[in-house]
Amino acid sequence: MTRASFALGIAFAAIAAALGCQRAQQQPAIRVASLRDVEGQVLGELLAQVVESTGEARVERRLGLGGSGVVFAAFHAGEVDLVPQYSGTLAEELLREPALTDFPTIRLKVEGLGYEVLGPLGFNNTYGIGVKREVAERFGLRRISDLRGRPWRAGLTPEFRDAVTGLGAMVSTYRLALGDVRTMEHALSYVALARGDVDFVDVYTTDATIRARDLVVLEDDLDVFVRYEGLVLARSGFARRYPRSWAALGQLVGRLSDSTMTRLNGEFEIARRSPSSLAADFLASIGIARSTARSEVAADETQWLRLTLEHVGLVAVSLAMALAIGLPLGWWASQRPAVAKTVLSLVGVIQTIPGIALLCFFIPLFGVGWEPAVYALAAYALLPVVQGVVTGLTQIDASLRDVAAVLGMTDRQRRRRVELPLAAPALIAGIRVAAVINVGTAALAALVGAGGYGTLIVTGLALNDWRVVMLGALPSAGMAVLIHALFAALESRASRWR
Amino acid sequence: MIADLSLALAAGQTHCLLGPSGSGKSTILRSLTGLAAPIRGEVTVLGRRVEPADAAAQREANRSAGLVLQHGGLFPHLTVRDNVVLPAALAGWSRERVERRLTELEALVGLASELRARYPRSLSGGQRQRVALTRALFLDPPLLLLDEPLSGLDPQSRTELQEEMKRLFGSLARTVVLVTHDLPEALFLADTITLLDRGRVAQHGPAETIARHPASEWARAFVRSAAPRWRHMLDLVDGESAR
Repeated sequence: MTRASFALGIAFAAIAAALGCQRAQQQPAIRVASLRDVEGQVLGELLAQVVESTGEARVERRLGLGGSGVVFAAFHAGEVDLVPQYSGTLAEELLREPALTDFPTIRLKVEGLGYEVLGPLGFNNTYGIGVKREVAERFGLRRISDLRGRPWRAGLTPEFRDAVTGLGAMVSTYRLALGDVRTMEHALSYVALARGDVDFVDVYTTDATIRARDLVVLEDDLDVFVRYEGLVLARSGFARRYPRSWAALGQLVGRLSDSTMTRLNGEFEIARRSPSSLAADFLASIGIARSTARSEVAADETQWLRLTLEHVGLVAVSLAMALAIGLPLGWWASQRPAVAKTVLSLVGVIQTIPGIALLCFFIPLFGVGWEPAVYALAAYALLPVVQGVVTGLTQIDASLRDVAAVLGMTDRQRRRRVELPLAAPALIAGIRVAAVINVGTAALAALVGAGGYGTLIVTGLALNDWRVVMLGALPSAGMAVLIHALFAALESRASRWR
Repeated sequence: MIADLSLALAAGQTHCLLGPSGSGKSTILRSLTGLAAPIRGEVTVLGRRVEPADAAAQREANRSAGLVLQHGGLFPHLTVRDNVVLPAALAGWSRERVERRLTELEALVGLASELRARYPRSLSGGQRQRVALTRALFLDPPLLLLDEPLSGLDPQSRTELQEEMKRLFGSLARTVVLVTHDLPEALFLADTITLLDRGRVAQHGPAETIARHPASEWARAFVRSAAPRWRHMLDLVDGESAR
C-alpha cells in the first residue's frame, strides 16, 4: 500500500466516522431552531426548556441560524421540528400572501400546508422606524408621514428591505424619496444610527435597545406594517408524536406580552444574562417548572473548548474530503491537458460563489447543521487542492520521465520517487491555501447551525458586543496563522532542493 | 518523421548520430529505449528487439542502457549521491556494493566526492554532466546513450569533458551512441558517424570518411559550415589551396 492510498483511506474513514456520528446524534431528538437575532435566541431557548421540562424527548438546539430563509429551508428539509415564528413572516414567506393579517386565517392556511401552529404567544414584534430623539425633536418627527420631503439616509436589515410589507410598501404608501439606503446587520444598524451614519433604522418593536438607546419609534399612521405576532411553528405530526410537549408549549400562549418579550430581550441583550438562565427564571415565574439546574458558569467555560473542537472538526473533515476528491481528480486531469483546463475552470466556478450562498445552497440537500457546512467547505477547498496537484505535476520536466523510463522504473516507482516529491511543494502550497481559506470560511458555518467560532461572532453581532465577536474572531485568525506556518514549514522541507 | 532508415551499429564502438536540429537524431536515440516507437519496422538493441508496447519487458531491457541528456537529466529533488546510486537502489544492490562502486566511479569519471550531498541546482554544467555520466555508468551497462551531453556547456568545460569522455570510452570499450550537432565533437569522439538530414541518412561511415569525402552537396555544405577552426581541413577536402 502506498503512502498516498493510505492517506486516502484515512480521509475516507474520517468522513465516514464523522457522518456516522452525525446520523447517530440526530435520531431521537426534538430539534429546536431559531433566528440569529436576540429575540430568536431567547424564544428558541424558551421552547427548548419547555420541551425538556416534560422529559418527553431529548432537545437538540439549533439556535441562531441565519435569516428566516435559512430557517424555512431547514424546516422544509425536515431538519427542524420546532421554531418560533411570526404571523407576518408566515403570510409573506410561507403562504406568499403578504396581505393576510388575520391570525386565525393564517393559522388555518399554514395548517392546511401540513404544519402545526401554536399561538398567538401574546406579543406583536412588527417593524418600526426608529430615529434618535434629538433628530426627532429637531425635525418634528412623530409619524412616518413626517419623513416625507427629505432624502433621509437609512440603515436597514435585509429582511426589511426585501419584505413586501417592508421598505417597498413604506416608500410607496408614504411616498418617500429616500437618500442613501444601506443594508446591514440589525444590531449594527443601531450603532450606525448612534454614530450619525444613518438617519433612521428599521427596529423590531420588542427590541429592548429602543428604550436603552432612547430612540423614538415613529407612528405607522398609514398602517403599512402588518402584525408580526409571535407563534410556535412545528412539523406536521408533532402534536401527535409529542403530546406532552405540545400541551406544555400550549401554556405559553398569551403569556408573552409586548412588555414581557421586550424585558426578556433586554435581559439578554443589555443585562447579558444567558438565555438559558433567563428562560428558566421566566418559566418558573409562570409556573412551568424549569428543566434541569444547569450551571451557567460551567457552560461558559466549556463552551470555548467545544467551539474550538467544532471549528477544528469542520476544517479537518472538509479538508480531508477535499483531498479525497481533489487529489485523484487533479492527478487524472494533469494527465490530460485539455481536461485539466476544463476541470480547473469548473472547480474555479465554485470559488466564485460567496461562502454564505454556498452554505445555503446545501441546505435543501442536507438540511442544517454540520453536514451542509462540511460539504460547502470541502467544495470551497477543492480548487486550491486540484490546482496544486495539476501545477505540481505538469511543471515536471518531461525529460525526467524519459530518464525514469530508461532507468527501468515502474509506473509506481516513477510516481513515488519522481513525480510525488517533485510535485510536493506545489501540492502542499495548495493544501495550505485550502486549509487557511477553510478556517476563515468555517466561521460562516455558524449561520447554518454548524457551530465553531462563528457562533461567537454571530452572537456578538446580534448583541453588538465586540468582545464576544473578538472571542470568536481572534482564535479563528490565530488558527489560520498557525496552520499557515505549519504548512509553510512542510513546504520548505519539501522544497529543500529548489 | 524518419523514413527508410536502416542502420547497423557495431558493438564496442562509439557511434555518433550527427545532424542539424530536426534531423531526427534524438528520435533515433529514443527509439533505442522504446521511448519512441517506429510506426513500421523494428529496432534491435544488443540482439533484442525493442518492444515499446511491452512496458515490463522494455523496463528490464533498459537496465542495460545508461542515458545522459543535454542538461544531465538529473532529478532535481535528489542529491548527487542519490541521483548516482539510483540505478543500484532500483536494482536492489547491497549498501557495501553501492559504496564500493560509487568510490570507484568517482575516481574514474573525476567526480569530487565532496559533491555527494549537494543538489543538482547548485552544480556547474560540467559537474552536472559528470554526475549524469557517473549515474549512466553505475550498473556498468553494455550500452551508453548520450543525447547532446555537452551542448550548453562553456567551451572550456566542454573541451575538458570531451577529452575525459574519449579516454573513458577508450578504456571501457562499451557501445556508445552519441547524439550531437557538432562535427568537431563527432570527429573527436566517434569511430563511426551517421550524418542525418531531415529523417534520412545522408551518409554513414567511418568518422574520417565523413569529414574528408562528403557524399553529397548537402553533406559537403554541412561539413563546410562546421566550426572555423576546422576550415583548413575543409579547404583540403575541397581541393582548394589554403592561403
